[in-house]
Amino acid sequence: MIQNKEQLQQLHEEAVKELNSYDCRILVCSGTGCIATGSNKIYEKFLEITKDAPGVTLEFAPHDEKEHLGVKKTGCQGVCELGPLVRIQKGQDVVQYVKVQLDDCAEIFEKSVLGNEVVERLLYQKGGKVCKGPDDIPFIAKQTRIVLKNCGKFDAESLREYIASGGFAALQKAMFEMTPDQVIEEVDQSGLRGRGGGGFPAGKKWIQVARQADPVHYVVCNGDEGDPGAFMDGSVMEGDPYRLIEGMMLAAYAVRAENGYIYVRAEYPNSVARLKHAIAVLEENGLLGENILGTGFNFHMHINKGAGAFVCGEGSALTASIEGSRGMPRVKPPRTVEQGLWAKPTVLNNVETYANVPEIILKGHEWYRSIGTEGSPGTKTFSLTGSIENTGLIEVPMGTTLREIIFDIGGGLKSGAAFKAVQIGGPSGGCLTEKHLDVPLDFDSVKKYGAIVGSGGLVVMDENTCMVEVARFFMGFTQRESCGKCGPCRIGTKRMLELLEKIVDGKGEMEDLEKLEELGHFVKDRSLCGLGKSAPLPVLSTIQNFRDEYVEHIVDKKCAAHVCKSMRVYEIDPDKCKGCTKCARNCPVNAITGERKAPHVIDNSKCIKCGTCLENCAFDAVVLK
Amino acid sequence: MLDQSYYTKADEIMDQYGRKPASLIPIMQEIQGAYRYLPGELLSYVADRIGVTEAKAFSVATFYENFSFDAKGKYVIKVCDGTACHVRKSMPVLEALYAKLGLSKTKKTTDDMMFTVETVSCLGACGLAPTMMVNEDVYPCMTPEKAAAVIDQLRGGAGIDPE
Repeated sequence: MIQNKEQLQQLHEEAVKELNSYDCRILVCSGTGCIATGSNKIYEKFLEITKDAPGVTLEFAPHDEKEHLGVKKTGCQGVCELGPLVRIQKGQDVVQYVKVQLDDCAEIFEKSVLGNEVVERLLYQKGGKVCKGPDDIPFIAKQTRIVLKNCGKFDAESLREYIASGGFAALQKAMFEMTPDQVIEEVDQSGLRGRGGGGFPAGKKWIQVARQADPVHYVVCNGDEGDPGAFMDGSVMEGDPYRLIEGMMLAAYAVRAENGYIYVRAEYPNSVARLKHAIAVLEENGLLGENILGTGFNFHMHINKGAGAFVCGEGSALTASIEGSRGMPRVKPPRTVEQGLWAKPTVLNNVETYANVPEIILKGHEWYRSIGTEGSPGTKTFSLTGSIENTGLIEVPMGTTLREIIFDIGGGLKSGAAFKAVQIGGPSGGCLTEKHLDVPLDFDSVKKYGAIVGSGGLVVMDENTCMVEVARFFMGFTQRESCGKCGPCRIGTKRMLELLEKIVDGKGEMEDLEKLEELGHFVKDRSLCGLGKSAPLPVLSTIQNFRDEYVEHIVDKKCAAHVCKSMRVYEIDPDKCKGCTKCARNCPVNAITGERKAPHVIDNSKCIKCGTCLENCAFDAVVLK
Repeated sequence: MLDQSYYTKADEIMDQYGRKPASLIPIMQEIQGAYRYLPGELLSYVADRIGVTEAKAFSVATFYENFSFDAKGKYVIKVCDGTACHVRKSMPVLEALYAKLGLSKTKKTTDDMMFTVETVSCLGACGLAPTMMVNEDVYPCMTPEKAAAVIDQLRGGAGIDPE
């Protein structure tokens, strides 16, 4: 039990000593991505290998003559596509291994743990350059990590390691050196804006809640990261759960709340498990519960699992869901800061926002404002995915350009394909193109181009992506997720989806484009909540930036990316066709005719564009036009 | 009529979360976790015990996508159709599973109650797109062929249809 400031400091000193006494730490990435590629088995394998090795002890034990080894599961190490990832750390010296397989573990142990050699074939290599440490990899070197600072370096489940890394120093500072109002003041001065999408200043929310006359206040964390293509918040929850909780505790101390709720997507079982574990450990140690550190501050944490409704990312829907109701947004005002959870004043921020708070309290607002841009201070995490060489989790200062993110950090497009667009902000965002590559990514600049920073999903698209189909994809998503409460969203998204399906099916007319725009603006202006208000953005922004592509689909009935099935035209190249008859035999609608050993022909009036002929041709004679 | 054991289980779950209206969603999640679906009769029973109307309980259960009144297969396969997976061709993976198991958008569970195939909007492993999830395990970098192979593996491991 940690009952007072002295005990916390003592634990900190012990934990730092403990951390420094490891001769070597084997850090196995345990993010969702790496677990999927088998990192848990790698972790177990290392445990097995190290357990019986002579001359080593696994955990730190005082005055032991043996080598001290640590085998740890960490949060996301970043380069998800190259998993399973393993780091071997000896003091300041860190070796980053990628794509580690079970058979590699013994060799890593012999060479890099017991010896001081590296296993070169498991290092990150790009264009002849071999990168030994994580910071040699351009993808990692070019980031600025505040929120993700511990991710990949420490045991995500260990309170002692979190404390050793400086954890709970901010809480201690706030509770013993600052009044609640000073904490709010610091956050307000830092200019921290909500990372969930809206970018509303966090400090302003806290001030409003603190001011409410009702004595019962709540702190709620939105971990319902529903945007398809975004996994930053999930990575923080599973990679550094204590940081998020410390951030929420600071908010609770500031606005005098005694209960905090984290609403996590059900699709993130790892996040739920790690948060539950962290809360249990903190309760055991007296850092959550009654009379924390002997100051009289009481705080209890609760976890609520989502049940598969995207709209619950909206504030009033989220609190309704915690209360056990349908997650449907309500009319505002009253705002959440006035009447949120159980109709009490509520601070509602997302995971990344809270995770920024401990460093702000510790280092002060001036330090925070020295990062990022004037209007959007600090950093932003992005999940970089799609057709890009290095996919993964990144954190960069606000104001970094797309060009730097995609080409310097992300390593450019996959297999050298041509850049077409980047989708930012998920179903509530828009597409940015080549001409926007040098726009600084911050809350205000991106808005000018019909997109939003949103929560931070960046999906890179190349020339093989059809923008009309992408618009249909997003509209399909929002239409499915519309809660149905207000007409503009319920009916409007459905009608917009129908128009897009019509165009994708090759039946579009030019007036459909006007209808789409008109409806889009209507839904955007008249919907009740953020979901409906932003639902048309992917459509409007693709029409704005890729009008030619829509026109091509409507007038020429042509999809240059060959994505829209209805517009595919299959032809047989007579020079390549050997007349083997295989295509004709496999065609389900008998659309292919021809004599044996003579070139065959496809009758396009019969063809159903199933692609069977293309798959079956051994001579590459069937071509897609 | 459900077996008595269902009601005993529901009682245990209600005791764990507290017999109050706010516990409705976690209780339904636990029941669905235990039986892989939410039996309607059991929901009526729970509603009565925690003090919400039957109408409210069913309105909540039907609102959220994760609840199902139909029994699901032993293996619930969720093919991710998030943006990253979609642009890296997740739909052919779904189609391959449908073809392999004789399922479709409207028929989601195999007759032998082994497999249920659904889509999900994002699993948070976008760096490894396209992905799918079997119960709580994420499978990375799927192709139609790999997805079909996973089915064979699961069937083999479960001792059903070893051929």
